[in-house]
Amino acid sequence: MTAIPAIATHDLGRIYKLRGKKRKDEPKELVALAGVDLTVDSGEMFGLLGPNGAGKTTLIKILTTLLLPSQGSAQVMGLDVLADSQEIRRHISMVSGGETSGYGLLTVEENLWMFARLYGLESKVAKQRIAELMEVVGITDRARTKISDLSTGLRQKMNFIRGFISDPDVVFLDEPTLGLDVGAARQVRSFIKTWMERHPDRTLLLTTHYMAEADELCDRLAIIDKGKLLALDTPEQLKHRLQREAIFRLKVVPLGHRPANSDGLLEAVPGVRQVVATEVEGATDLSLILAGDDALSGVLHHLNQRGSGLISLEKREPTLEDVFVDLVGRSLDVDTSRTGDENGRG
Amino acid sequence: MVAGESLIGRTERVEKASGLRLFWYAMWARAYPRIIGATRERSWLFFETLLPVLAVAGYVFIYRAIQAPPEYTGFAVLGGAMTAFWLNILWSMASQLYWDKDAGNLELYVVSPAPMMAILLGMALGGLTMTATRAITILVVCSVLFGVTYQVVSPLLLIAVFVVTMAALYGMGMLFASIFLVAGREAWHLSNLLQEPIYLASGFYFPVKALGFGVATAASIIPLTLGMDAMRQLIFAGGPALGFLSVPLEVGILAALSVIFIGAAGFALARLEVVGRREGRIIERRR
Repeated sequence: MTAIPAIATHDLGRIYKLRGKKRKDEPKELVALAGVDLTVDSGEMFGLLGPNGAGKTTLIKILTTLLLPSQGSAQVMGLDVLADSQEIRRHISMVSGGETSGYGLLTVEENLWMFARLYGLESKVAKQRIAELMEVVGITDRARTKISDLSTGLRQKMNFIRGFISDPDVVFLDEPTLGLDVGAARQVRSFIKTWMERHPDRTLLLTTHYMAEADELCDRLAIIDKGKLLALDTPEQLKHRLQREAIFRLKVVPLGHRPANSDGLLEAVPGVRQVVATEVEGATDLSLILAGDDALSGVLHHLNQRGSGLISLEKREPTLEDVFVDLVGRSLDVDTSRTGDENGRG
Repeated sequence: MVAGESLIGRTERVEKASGLRLFWYAMWARAYPRIIGATRERSWLFFETLLPVLAVAGYVFIYRAIQAPPEYTGFAVLGGAMTAFWLNILWSMASQLYWDKDAGNLELYVVSPAPMMAILLGMALGGLTMTATRAITILVVCSVLFGVTYQVVSPLLLIAVFVVTMAALYGMGMLFASIFLVAGREAWHLSNLLQEPIYLASGFYFPVKALGFGVATAASIIPLTLGMDAMRQLIFAGGPALGFLSVPLEVGILAALSVIFIGAAGFALARLEVVGRREGRIIERRR
C-alpha cells in the first residue's frame, strides 16, 4: 500500500481577477499560479523558493484552505482542499512572516492561549505547552507583556510558537524569518530542524527567498517563478546541475551604459550562460555562470573593450542562488521591473 | 533554544476537542479579548459613561422644561444606557471581522478548525458582557443624578425581554459582521450612517409610539426599538400607556427576529467563506 503524501497538487492554478477600472491595454487578470504539480511526503521538510510575486504565498493559501484554486486539484493529508477544507484544518497550522495578528491588549500568553483553544486544546494543556514553547524560543520573560509592546522580532517569535502549539501534522511557514535579526532567525531555524528531527512523521512546508535558509533546512526544494515550477529536487541535486559550469564572481570598474547593440552585451560573449550585475560602492559586481573556465578569457576581453577593468575575481562552488539565476535568468534580489534597463548589466 | 528540547522531543499526540466542545472552547476564546479588554483600558469609564450621561441630561432638562410626564425622564435614561449596545453593535460587531481581516486574525480563524459561527458568537458574548457593564454604569449614574424611580411589574418577564432583545440585537450584529466584511471599507460609512438616525427612529430618548405606526413598525427591524419599548412598559408606572405594542407581542417579534438574524448570520458566514475563498477576499489586506 502506498503511503498518502502529506501534500499533493495536480495542475494547480490560480488566477486573480484584477479589480477596478482598467484601460484596454491593462491586464484584467493575474496568473499567480500555473499548472503546479507537486508531491510532498510525510516527514519531509519542503521548501518553496522564489522571488516576491512568484506564487509561493498563493500556493500556501490554497493548501491552507484560504483560497480556492482556479484549476487543478490539491490535497493535504489526502483530503481535498475544496471538499474537505474543515477536516484539513484539524491537521494544519500556518505562520507568516511579518504577521500582525493577535490582540494588542492581551499578553503574549493570553494571545497564544486564545489561538490554542481554537484548535480544541484543553486550557491546562494549552498553558503548559505555551510555557514550554516560550522557553524554547526564549521569550518566557515576555509572557505577561502586552503584544502591542513587543518588538517585531519578539512578535514573530510569538507567532512562530502559535504555529506549533496545536501539534499539527503539516506546518506551513510563509517566510518565517522575515524581519528577524540574524540571531533570532538562527534560533527559529534551529527550532525547526530539531522539531522535524524529533517528529519524523510531521511535514513542514516552508517558503523563503533566503537561499541559505532553504539550503540549510530543506530536504527538497521547488524553485518557483511567475507561478510556474521551474525545478524540484534536493538542494544537492539542484546544485549538481551546475557542476559542469564554471561560476565566477568578478568585481570590475563600473561598466557604464548598456550597449545599444545586443552584440555588445556581456551575455553575447561565447560561453556566457548567465550574468547578474549589481552596482556596489563604485564598482560593478558580476555573478557569472560560464559554460567552462575557458570562457573567462572572452569575458575579460569584453570588459577590457568596454573600458572596464578587473578589480577582483573569485571562482565559487555552485549555490542555490546560482541555480536560481541559471533557471530564472536573474537574481532573487533583482527587481524584475528594472531588468533590461541599463544599470551596469551586460 | 536548547533548554526546551523536552517539548520538542515529545512525540505523543496532543488531545484536541472537536464538535460542540470545540465550539464552546472557541466561543469563549474569542470572547476573552473583549471581556478582559474592559479591565485593561479603563478610559472607557470616563468617555463611554460621561458622554451618554450628557446626552441624556439634554433630554431630561428639555422634558422638565416642557413639564413632560416624569416617565419621560426614565425613558431617556434607559435609552441613554441602551446606546452602549447599539454602538457596540456598529463598531465592535459589524466592523470587527473587517478589522480582524486587516490585522491578519481572520485568516487564522479560518485556517483553524474552530467554526466561524463560534467566533462570531464569541465576539457577541464578549461584546455583550463588556457593554452590559457600561450600560449598567450609565443607568445607575443617570438614575441617581435625575432621581428616576422604577416600578418593576414582572422581573422574570423583564429578564426575558432583555435576553430576547440582546439575542436579536447581537444576531443582527453577527449578520452585519459578515455583510460589512464583503462591503469592505464602505462599511465604515454605513456604520456612521446607522448611528444617529437609529437613535431617532428607534426612540432611544422618547416613546417610539410618538413617531406614528408606520415609522415605529419600520424601525422595529432594529431589535432595540421593541426591546426598549417593552422594557419601558415593564419598569415605569406610566410605561404601558406609552407603549407601542403589547409586551407579549413584542417578545414574540423579538424572538422571531433572533432566529432570523442568527440564521441569516450563519448563512451569510457560509456564503462569505465560499465567496471569500473564491475571490481571495479573506486574504487581501485592503481593497
